[in-house]
Amino acid sequence: MTGRRSNLLYSQKIAPYVFVVPFLLSFAIFFVYPVYSAITMSFQEIVPGEAKYVGTANYEELWNPSFLKALKNSTVYTALTIVLLIPIPLVLAVFLNSKAMVFKNFFRSTLFIPALTSVVVAGTIFRMAFGELDGSLMNTIVTALGFEKQRWLGDQWLALMTLLILACWRWMGINLLYFMAGLQNIPKELYESAEIDGAGTWKKFTRITVPLLKPITIYVFTISIYGGYAMFTESYMLWSGNRSPKDIGLTMVGYLYRSGWEQFNLGLGAAVGVVLLVITLLVTVIQLRFFGLFKKED
Amino acid sequence: MDSTRKGKWSIQRFGMLLLFAALAIFALFPLATLAVASFKPAQELIRFGLNLRLDRELLTFDNYVHIFSPETFYLKWYANSIIIALVFTVLCLLLSSMVGYALAVYRFKLRNLIFLLVLVIMAVPLEIIMLPLYQLSIDMKLINNMWGVILPFVVAPLPIFFFRQYASGLPKDFLDAARVDGCTEYGIFFRIMMPLMAPAFSSMAILQALFSWNNFLWPLIVLNNTAKLTIPIGLSTLLTPYGNNYQVLIAGSVFAIIPVLIVFVFFQRYFIEGMTAGGVKG
Repeated sequence: MTGRRSNLLYSQKIAPYVFVVPFLLSFAIFFVYPVYSAITMSFQEIVPGEAKYVGTANYEELWNPSFLKALKNSTVYTALTIVLLIPIPLVLAVFLNSKAMVFKNFFRSTLFIPALTSVVVAGTIFRMAFGELDGSLMNTIVTALGFEKQRWLGDQWLALMTLLILACWRWMGINLLYFMAGLQNIPKELYESAEIDGAGTWKKFTRITVPLLKPITIYVFTISIYGGYAMFTESYMLWSGNRSPKDIGLTMVGYLYRSGWEQFNLGLGAAVGVVLLVITLLVTVIQLRFFGLFKKED
Repeated sequence: MDSTRKGKWSIQRFGMLLLFAALAIFALFPLATLAVASFKPAQELIRFGLNLRLDRELLTFDNYVHIFSPETFYLKWYANSIIIALVFTVLCLLLSSMVGYALAVYRFKLRNLIFLLVLVIMAVPLEIIMLPLYQLSIDMKLINNMWGVILPFVVAPLPIFFFRQYASGLPKDFLDAARVDGCTEYGIFFRIMMPLMAPAFSSMAILQALFSWNNFLWPLIVLNNTAKLTIPIGLSTLLTPYGNNYQVLIAGSVFAIIPVLIVFVFFQRYFIEGMTAGGVKG
């Protein structure tokens, strides 16, 4: 009996299921259940030991200045990181890939180094460099250039700029690598035959490079949206724990953290999570609708 | 004609070199200021913030001496981070490679569904479910426990995806030969496929270890006992408006980057493959 059972366990039919059991378990416990529970909680008012159904009250409560500010901050941040962190690394990748470039590996590695640091370390550096003190790095630079010193983390636009510089610092090298990996897949013959047809550098770039980098560009675009809306640690570090003046640095996840962990309003926090989930799904659906998931682009 | 062309190239080359030199400075400058600051007395930092000013007389190793002294928790955090990174990486690689391998090699019923689920998990950020996940961790007694940091993310979608892609590209004709020789399905995986997938294991080991080492949001939520913290969470607790612990913060930050930089210098290729794994085309 046991012999037969162990034979079955070792059979080619059962083996794949044994291999995926850990995944299925972890998926059910740490993904399906929390997603289900987030949706349920968002319709409840939760006090210790008791959960009461309150309909859409949590969602109605979200219509408040702080949340709208967080939504706006996250959206503007996401949009601007896309504007900066797709075209610039793409062009840099083309430069770095060109025959005329020297020390390619050195530059590729150097630009990648910021990505190795944790957001905590990066945030510490930027918080001090963009401090409001006269002697802080940024104020030393702007006063040397003849400008007034600034309260970098106290003003809406300067704060956004600081977050964007931080994002560029950490992500430029990674996105550059993505585009360089994409460039490796473009056959050289395309450029050669284009040259024979008399195409110049610009034409080759717009007619060959950009269209053939489309799959990788879509990928970078998608992860930038997810990453942009999920941004929290940067703001947490720059304003020592989610406390920016007039919420200039508050993000969606920051608001979720505030309602869930600082104000113990679990229902409201869960509702923020569901809004984020909807944004994520929208992005995914739009992406599928326009670009397809498994479609071979080449 | 040839000479003018050469001239044009060298101007281009010079321009690009200048551009990339500027970018390299932008990349390294903040880290350089941090390294410089770690040798300055903490009062200087509180008074002037981060800058490159360097007074010979003020230079001191005190900050580093301080982080290794028993007054701080820094070494404890370091040990916690190392243990969590090791356990997490080993378990994650083992479990994810099993799934990726099964998806690549076997034709079984749930195959496509599981692959789709992997893609779905990749698209849903942790932030969305962290509140219920936190409740669940309380119920499972995982708060302030290293398993609470590790377990929810140990079967990770990106490594599964990566291992699947890698295993799909390996030859499979010898699988049947191995079966004829009496090798079990699990024997094939552990004795034959695992060694063949070594490069994939290297890339993913680096990626997951780095993720664990730098991970912030989830450990911040699960760990709240000072002695149990990992380095990033520990350091973040020091960034108070009163600045009373800046020497640990600065020297501790530098000391946390050093092992990563060392591994990066020696295993760059795997770093780069691991970090860009998500862009691998299916």
